[in-house]
Amino acid sequence: MSTSVVDRRSRWVSIPAVHLVLVIAALYSLLPLVWLATSATKSLGDFSTTGAFEFGQWNLWANVKALFAQENGIFWHWLLNSVLYAGGGAVIGALICAACGYAIAKTSFPGRKLLFALTLTGVLVPTTVLALPMYLLASELRIVDTFWAVFIPLLTNPFGVYLARVYADASVPDEVLEAARVDGAGQLRTFFTVALPMMRPGVVTVLLFQFIAIWNNFFLPLVLLTNPKLFPVSLGLFQWSTRQNQFPQYTPLVITGSLLAVLPLVVAFLVLNRQWRKGLAAGSVK
Amino acid sequence: MSVLAPERAPVLDEPSAAPVTRTRKKDFAGLVLAMPFLVLLVSTVLVPVLYALYLSLFTERLQGLGFSGPQHVFVWLGNYVSVIADKAFHAGLGNVALFALVHIPSMLIGALILALLLDSAVVRLRRMWSLAVFVPYAVPVVIGGLIWAYLYSPTIGPIKNLLGFDPLSDSAVLPSIANIATWQWVGYNMIIFYTALQAVPREIVEAARADGAGGFRTAWSIKIPVIRPTIFVAVVFTVIGSLQVFTEPMVLRGFTGTVTSTWSPSMYVYEAAFVAGDNGRAAAASVLLAVICAVLSAVVMRFSTRRSR
Repeated sequence: MSTSVVDRRSRWVSIPAVHLVLVIAALYSLLPLVWLATSATKSLGDFSTTGAFEFGQWNLWANVKALFAQENGIFWHWLLNSVLYAGGGAVIGALICAACGYAIAKTSFPGRKLLFALTLTGVLVPTTVLALPMYLLASELRIVDTFWAVFIPLLTNPFGVYLARVYADASVPDEVLEAARVDGAGQLRTFFTVALPMMRPGVVTVLLFQFIAIWNNFFLPLVLLTNPKLFPVSLGLFQWSTRQNQFPQYTPLVITGSLLAVLPLVVAFLVLNRQWRKGLAAGSVK
Repeated sequence: MSVLAPERAPVLDEPSAAPVTRTRKKDFAGLVLAMPFLVLLVSTVLVPVLYALYLSLFTERLQGLGFSGPQHVFVWLGNYVSVIADKAFHAGLGNVALFALVHIPSMLIGALILALLLDSAVVRLRRMWSLAVFVPYAVPVVIGGLIWAYLYSPTIGPIKNLLGFDPLSDSAVLPSIANIATWQWVGYNMIIFYTALQAVPREIVEAARADGAGGFRTAWSIKIPVIRPTIFVAVVFTVIGSLQVFTEPMVLRGFTGTVTSTWSPSMYVYEAAFVAGDNGRAAAASVLLAVICAVLSAVVMRFSTRRSR
């Protein structure tokens, strides 16, 4: 048949063309990270004498040592803070989202429609609006420049509640809840022992994306923290980067620090690949 | 803030009616489960928003000889008037408007093309390509900004030699900032679109094929219309994100003098509040920015519902 001939010919043209586009997209996405990795192995002098993607003298170990020695090892604090803010915030935040999303989807407390409407509005409120009042409120409560000033606001994840509601609707059948009720389980117990395990893939997705959102957050820590010991890693690296015009020795520190801060996230996403894809699909198809 | 784009527009969604009739005691249990989030929402979103509105109506002024310290003075909409008249605020709005015009089409069209390619039958190693393009999303914005700032910088990076002009110069810095954001978000939106495309019924696609429609034709007349709600939600989130752009220009400020301290409205708010110490003006500017975001997302959503009818 003539159509299949045309089809076959167009496949000969289109297969390489399609893959060429994908190769270009992959290079665009990955080359900056390759640059980060090669640059972290160079000394300051090698930046001007070697090409951007070329290795100079192998200086990675010295860079890492210098990084952790700087300001009495403050980089350790930054990494630990980021893990606490993002790890703690994501675990607690995702549980709070799951409970609220489940409550909106599967129970009928008074005001639940209002709460849902407020949640959706909350999705659209820009961080910029919240930063100044949050700072003033935090200073009123005398928690400016403390761990909690950053930790508590970042727990709030209205979009996570929206998703959790979708997951609860899709994955927890009413019959199961009814059966649990007949067996005499209270609502709270039913949530923790029956519904939450059923919602697990969705909750893990909320958790993972909230982890990324907190690890990425910059505005709130910038506004609420002045003590460098409380900084998350991105704020710390930002502060160092503002000094490098006067003190070029900060450049290799910022580059090596960036590499170490990026690695765990990239690895987490690659390892949990199957999990978050499933969650995204469940959240978007519904 | 928000990180996922759902298939259905959240604004149009309503909780389904409660499936089983409940007793009063059970209603109370639902409230208990919702309570932690309710407390967070009130204390970290509602109260700050109301507080911002309140602040935007006052200013600090020295009265008389100023011996009694600054006074809190009610100025009606005075702060709004002074923000709206401020050339720096105009410049910031102009910058984000241009930024949005560069970033939104290039990023979303790029993401859509990549998603359609991944969804086409001829592609090998799908997972590898999608993960490669997705990886920048996992890079914190500050660090993505720093990496590109070094790549742009004339002393360290290769881009100036590659392009033949300085990406941090006055005329090029805006597309350079847009490129950082595009790099970070294209893979994420590609995954969202690709996920939505997989839900397109295969029978429709097969039927179009049987009728002689080629790959382009199927994508344009079948696949894109089916995932249009997803695309519009992505547009809304990207519009809001673009108007609030803050981190990328803040990072580039350390590398070039061409980014001013009030380059974007968010930077204007930051500068007014934490450098100039003018809370009233900062609050008014932030409220204006929020209103612009709300109006624009309403316009996009309205447009999407009208088009799909």
